[in-house]
Amino acid sequence: MLRLENISKAFGSLVVSNSVTLDVTAGQRHTIIGPNGAGKTTLINQIGGQLSPDSGKIFLHGQEITRLSAPLRARAGLARTFQKNTLFQALSVFENVRLGAQAAHGRTYDLFRSWRSDTGVLAQAEQAIEQMNLGRIAAQPVGKLSYGDLRQVEVAVALATSPTVLLLDEPTSGLSPSETAQMIDVLRALPREISILMIEHDMEVVFSIADHITVLYYGEVIASGAPRNVADDPRVQEVYLGAPQ
Amino acid sequence: MTSMILPPKQPAARRFVFVAMVLACVVLSPLAVLSGYGLDVITEIMIFAIVAVSLNLILGYGGMVSFGHAAFFGLGAYATVLISTRYDVSPWLGLAGGVGTATAAAIVIGAFCVRLGGVGFFMMSLAFAQLLNSGAIKWRPLTGGSDGVGGLLRPELFGFDLSDAGPMYLFTAAGLVGVLLFMRMVIASPFGHAMVGTRESSLRMDAIGYQTRRIRLAAFAVSGAIAGLGGALYAFYNGFVSPDALSFGMSGMILLMVILGGKGSLLGPVLGAGLFLSVKNIVSTHTSHWLLIVGCIFVACVMVCPDGILGFGKRLFRSGERR
Ligand SMILES: Nc1ncnc2c1ncn2[C@@H]1O[C@H](COP(=O)(O)OP(=O)(O)OP(=O)(O)O)[C@@H](O)[C@H]1O
Ligand SMILES: [Mg+2]
Repeated sequence: MLRLENISKAFGSLVVSNSVTLDVTAGQRHTIIGPNGAGKTTLINQIGGQLSPDSGKIFLHGQEITRLSAPLRARAGLARTFQKNTLFQALSVFENVRLGAQAAHGRTYDLFRSWRSDTGVLAQAEQAIEQMNLGRIAAQPVGKLSYGDLRQVEVAVALATSPTVLLLDEPTSGLSPSETAQMIDVLRALPREISILMIEHDMEVVFSIADHITVLYYGEVIASGAPRNVADDPRVQEVYLGAPQ
Repeated sequence: MTSMILPPKQPAARRFVFVAMVLACVVLSPLAVLSGYGLDVITEIMIFAIVAVSLNLILGYGGMVSFGHAAFFGLGAYATVLISTRYDVSPWLGLAGGVGTATAAAIVIGAFCVRLGGVGFFMMSLAFAQLLNSGAIKWRPLTGGSDGVGGLLRPELFGFDLSDAGPMYLFTAAGLVGVLLFMRMVIASPFGHAMVGTRESSLRMDAIGYQTRRIRLAAFAVSGAIAGLGGALYAFYNGFVSPDALSFGMSGMILLMVILGGKGSLLGPVLGAGLFLSVKNIVSTHTSHWLLIVGCIFVACVMVCPDGILGFGKRLFRSGERR
C-alpha cells in the first residue's frame, strides 16, 4: 500500500530521517515508536507531502508519489492527522468534517449551489462523525472544544476523505485514560480496507492496536516487525526502553 | 435524507416574500422622498458598496488582505470609459469590457499574489495597484494622464434615460441587489466553504486534498470581476475617470469600508460604505481635513468594535437577549 525507500532528510546538520525504508501492507496497523525528537513527525510530513525528502522514494499503491503535492496525495487516498491542532477553528465540528468529505467527493468549484444540496458529501461526513462518536458535539465550533474532543475531530476529518491509507500522529497524546480507551475502541473498529500508519508513545495503545511496530531512533529504523519480536529485540530494549524489563 | 446533525432549514417561501417586500420598500422609498442630488449620493454609496462587497469576498471569507483593490475598480472604470468613448460603441459594451478587463487583470495579478500569504499578499497587491496607478498617469495618449478621461454618456435602459438620477439610482440598486444575491449564493456554496477553510487553515486544506492556491485564485478573480462591475458603474455615474480611481487612497478607502462595516458578513461592507461616504460627505463640506476626522472615527470604531459595526450590533443584540 505504502512504501518508503531509503528516505533521508536533514535539517542543516541534523539528520532526521536516515535512509528509512518501511512498508505498510494492506490492512496493516503499523505503529512507529521512538523517543522524542526521533524524527517521527518529520517522517509523516514527508509521506503527507508537507515536507519533501532530500533523497529516497515514496510509493502509494505502487505509484511513486515522491514529487506529488500534498493535495494530490490526499486525493490518491492518503489522509493524515496532525500532532498539533490545525483544524478550522471558526467552523463547527460538522463543517470541519464536511470539508474533508467535500475534498474527496464534492464539486469544490461549484459556486451556484448550496453546500446542502450535495447529499453524497453530507452522508460521508455523517458517517465519519458517527464512526468517531462525535454526534453530541457536531454543531459546536471547534474553537470551543476540549483537547480530547479535538483529537477525535482530527481523526474524523481524515476519515471523511475516505482514505485507503491513514497516517495518525499521536492520536492519544494528552488524552485522559478514559478518552484513550475510547480512541483505542474507535481505531480498532475501523475497517481493514484502511491501512494505518500511526505514531504513538503510549505502549498500551501500541500493543492493543498494532500488528507491526517500527522503532525509530535518531532518524534511523533500528527494528521493525511483529510487536512481540520488537519488544524482545535487545537493541530496542537497550536504546528505547532503557533497560530490559 | 434527513439528518439529526444539520440545523433545520427555515421555511423558504415565506422568508423570501418577506425579504423581497422589505427590499422593495428600502429601494423604492428614496425615490419618493429624495431629490436628484439625494439619489445621486445614494447611488454613489451603492456603487462603493458593490466594490466593498467584492473585497469582502476575499478578505472576510478568503482571509486575503488586499491593499490593491482599487486596481480592479479603476481598471473597470477606465476600460468602460475608454471603450465607450474611443471606439464609439454602446456604453453597455463598455460596461462588459470593464468587467472583462478587471477579471482578466485579477487572474494575472492574483496568480502572483495568491502564492504569498499575509504580509506578502498585502504588499504584492499594493505593488500592482501602484503600478497601474502610475501607468494611468504616465500613459497620457491613452488615459489622459492625471487629468483622466471623460465624455461617457449614460445610455438608455428599457426606454429610461440613465442620465436622470432616478433611473440611474434604480439601475445601481438592481446591480447591488444582484451582487448581494450572488454573494449569498457563493458563500453558501461548496466553493464558499472551501474558501473559508483556506482562510482558517491552508495547511489542513492542503492535507485533505484541496489545491488551495487555485481556490484562492478563483476567489480573487470573482472578487476582481465584481470590483470591475463597481468600476464600470462608477464610470456610468461620473462619465469620467482619473488615476485617483487606481490610487493608494482608493484602495485604503475600500479596505476601510469593509473593516468598518464588518468583514465576513454579507451586509457589513454595505453598511461600511454607507457610513464612510456619509461621514465623508458631511465632514468634507465643513473642512478639507475630512480624512483626518474619518481616520479618528475609524480608530474609535476599531477600538470599540473590532468586528465591525455589524458584529457590534449582533453582540449588543445577543447580550440584550440574555438579559
Ligand atoms: N522545520 C524544522 N527545522 C529544523 N529542525 C526541525 C524542524 N522540524 C523538526 N526539527 C527537529 O527535528 C527533530 C525531529 O523532530 P520530529 O518532530 O520529527 O520528532 P518526533 O519524533 O515527532 O518527536 P515528538 O515525539 O516530540 O513528537 C527534532 O530534533 C526537531 O527539533
Ligand atoms: Mg512528533
